[in-house]
Amino acid sequence: MTTPDPIYKTDALIAENIDQYLETHQHKTMLRFITCGSVDDGKSTLIGRLLYDSKMIFEDQLATLEADSKRSGTQGEEIDFALLVDGLAAEREQGITIDVAYRFFATEKRKFIVADTPGHEQYTRNMVTGASTADLAVILIDARKGILTQTRRHSYLVKLLGIRHVVLAVNKMDLVDYDQDTFNQIVSDYREFADTIGIEDFTAIPISGFKGDNITGASENTSWYKGTSLLPHLETVSVEDSLEQAEPFRMPVQWVNRPNLDFRGFSGLIASGTVRPGDEVRVLPSGKTSTIDKIVTFDGDRDMAVAGESVTLTLTDEIDCSRGQVIVASKSPLEVADQFESTLVWMDEQELVPGRAYWMKIGSQTVSATVQEPKYEVNVNTQEHLASKTLDLNAIGIANITTDREIPFAPYEESHDLGGFILIDKISNQTVAAGMLHFSLRRAQNVHWQATDLGRDHHASMKHQKAAVLWLTGLSGSGKSTIANIVEKKLARMNRHTFLLDGDNVRHGLNKDLGFTEADRVENIRRVGEVAKLMTDAGLIVITAFISPYRSERDMVRSMMQPGEFVEVFVDTPLEVAESRDVKGLYAKARAGELKNFTGIDSPYEHPESPDMRIDTTAMTPEEAADAIIARLIP
Amino acid sequence: MANKTLTHLQRLEAESIHIMREVVAETENPVMLYSVGKDSAVMLHLAKKAFYPSPPPFPLLHVDTTWKFQEMYKLRDKAAKDAGMELLVYQNPEAQERGINPFDHGSLHTDMWKTEGLKQALNKYGFDAAFGGARRDEEKARAKERVFSFRSANHRWDPKNQRAELWNIYNARKAKGESVRVFPISNWTELDIWQYIHLEGIEIVPLYMSAMRPTVVRDGLTIMVDDDRFPLNGEEPVMRSVRFRTLGCYPLTGAVESEATTLPEIIQEMLLTTTSERQGRAIDHDQAASMEKKKQEGYF
Repeated sequence: MTTPDPIYKTDALIAENIDQYLETHQHKTMLRFITCGSVDDGKSTLIGRLLYDSKMIFEDQLATLEADSKRSGTQGEEIDFALLVDGLAAEREQGITIDVAYRFFATEKRKFIVADTPGHEQYTRNMVTGASTADLAVILIDARKGILTQTRRHSYLVKLLGIRHVVLAVNKMDLVDYDQDTFNQIVSDYREFADTIGIEDFTAIPISGFKGDNITGASENTSWYKGTSLLPHLETVSVEDSLEQAEPFRMPVQWVNRPNLDFRGFSGLIASGTVRPGDEVRVLPSGKTSTIDKIVTFDGDRDMAVAGESVTLTLTDEIDCSRGQVIVASKSPLEVADQFESTLVWMDEQELVPGRAYWMKIGSQTVSATVQEPKYEVNVNTQEHLASKTLDLNAIGIANITTDREIPFAPYEESHDLGGFILIDKISNQTVAAGMLHFSLRRAQNVHWQATDLGRDHHASMKHQKAAVLWLTGLSGSGKSTIANIVEKKLARMNRHTFLLDGDNVRHGLNKDLGFTEADRVENIRRVGEVAKLMTDAGLIVITAFISPYRSERDMVRSMMQPGEFVEVFVDTPLEVAESRDVKGLYAKARAGELKNFTGIDSPYEHPESPDMRIDTTAMTPEEAADAIIARLIP
Repeated sequence: MANKTLTHLQRLEAESIHIMREVVAETENPVMLYSVGKDSAVMLHLAKKAFYPSPPPFPLLHVDTTWKFQEMYKLRDKAAKDAGMELLVYQNPEAQERGINPFDHGSLHTDMWKTEGLKQALNKYGFDAAFGGARRDEEKARAKERVFSFRSANHRWDPKNQRAELWNIYNARKAKGESVRVFPISNWTELDIWQYIHLEGIEIVPLYMSAMRPTVVRDGLTIMVDDDRFPLNGEEPVMRSVRFRTLGCYPLTGAVESEATTLPEIIQEMLLTTTSERQGRAIDHDQAASMEKKKQEGYF
């Protein structure tokens, strides 16, 4: 039996100067990665090789390994590295690994944690588990076979779990005579596939786990390959500390630390960002704000703490804050919601029951949640969408989920800590699913109207008036805002309670996210209509000044109101007149092509067919127009 | 913005603290199993950090076999006192009564004092969560162990029925009577443990450092004669410069000849050595999957 020399030699520094060695090694970083592939692809052999080459295998283990290799090895007279990493007794006999095993090795630069999971489809849940904590994925391909269904499945899962770095390890190059064309073809095939699932970048390396080519250093057998070897790549790939720290500060509160009445600290693991004493923070979902007083640790108070550190924070104010809440930078709060679209990976033998309540654990909070019938299931091999009424073991689906209370969250894409969750069966206590939140759903779809005791009539009668909406419509520069303003002043003198909603003003706040496309104009009017409706409920006389160019939207708003409440006032000014006034210089800009979608120029204005009132601004002054409108309102 | 790159030890520390806080927040009556070894020392140190300025909000439990090294008992009492924690010592009364010892009873010694003793202690105090210092790098069977490992009401571990652990979210829910063993230092390696002890100045049992100690050699193991219960069959203890890489019952723990008297020297020796850590424990000289069997039966 031949025992190869470990390629990765023990650092001579250990023997010569241990203190200096320790000093260097205290500054190592950590990389977690997952290996995707099956025993057939040489996965266990590769991991065994990495452990062996980084000197993680001792003489006694090697002696056992040699004996085992003779007894049950598949490599003839050579050492079967795969036997090093096979696990539980039953699995060894079956020759497959059926769980997630974690392996450890270290080089001069890094400590590595390898999640080793089985590659077969029936172990999708195991791979998802291993992938959830990985910074990098090594996708193994047998050079003789090229891209297989399982390669596509593994790649899809890697993308789904948001692993940032992908290594395509084209293994068993020794069995294809280290052929460059074979390698290039596989890489080009994979690039084509990777594009379709959104993996933007990957590093392809031709290797032989069995022979050791391009594992720790460049192999002579692949002189045509000029890229990095596997281990040097793993040692140098970015671990993203700076990216994580550049995000806004977020820390889920795990535990309230209260040793005595004078100290109240909030303990947690910082999910993103940095924090310093004096920083303004907000506690979600309550929304209460305060300021960081101290960052308390066993080793003394700190000036700063960063993502990935476990700390205890004290605040300058006595505000409510408990386990499950999230402390965030006050200027960039998280969204708070109770309905979401999510991806679910089902992990239990008992299939999903839509509508049943499960525990949902996200960050440090546990809430009750129900899952709706999946929108669709994803075939993990082909990524096709399939209709499905449930999800069974290893199925992946897209489904809406509703929680029994509002929770702060971030889309999984932005934050694994605040967007990743598990579902727990309330009876068996098993972890039945892993989930990733996409976005919150508009509440309106499932929220029912809450009746109140004091009705709209009550509000109006307290103000001794009748609620109404004076809806002024017309071209830009027709005089809507001028007239509306005079109407409001005159009504105020008559002790009427009014509110003026002006088009330009609303776009500074409520509707600042909207542009001037047709869709945005429709949404603009819809929102203004809803606001006007709330105000009429409050008993107000609402005056609006919006171009509101489309008939259908004006009618939509009319239909929201009580009969007779909506007064459509057409401020009729011919285009030439409005353009010649051009108070804001907008027509000139539109004619010069600097303003797109300008009503009357390159966007239509639909005249009201039968307005409640028509104001001819070429025949009336704004004062006269205002008086006419008021006369119509209060006969 | 000033960036900070976290080292592997800082990442491991933060993870362990996170795990301990989850247990305290989600279980009713947790306890920390304390065996006085280097892994226990690190675990206790992490607990102090996790809950500072509060003392760790759980007691320490030592499942005693009465056969530990004298120096271990000394440090055990001191460490608990320093941490401001209650120390519970449990000795299986049946083993006591029958005089179970490592010389006459072989594997029954471990079984009764440790495995049975632990079950009895957990039942007696009604602990529903117990921190243990096991690491995944120690043993092949442990590589797959979860951080939160659930036990049935009769303390059995079912390798086929363990919960998936995703991200850093741990499901600590369990039925009445069930309990959970939690391993906060799962992802630490032996080297990480030593480096951390060195960096943080954690107090450990002096037996880890070399000194002249009275020893006899039996079945290839160098055993220290720690007290007069050691039956010398005409043997004469020899003073040797030895230290221990792991600590357990002194008659079952093999010493290694060494000149390493400082932590850096211990680490140096560890890095240059060519045999794995557990070789010094008589308990493992069994078939390959012995640890898995012991675990199913309730051994930690």
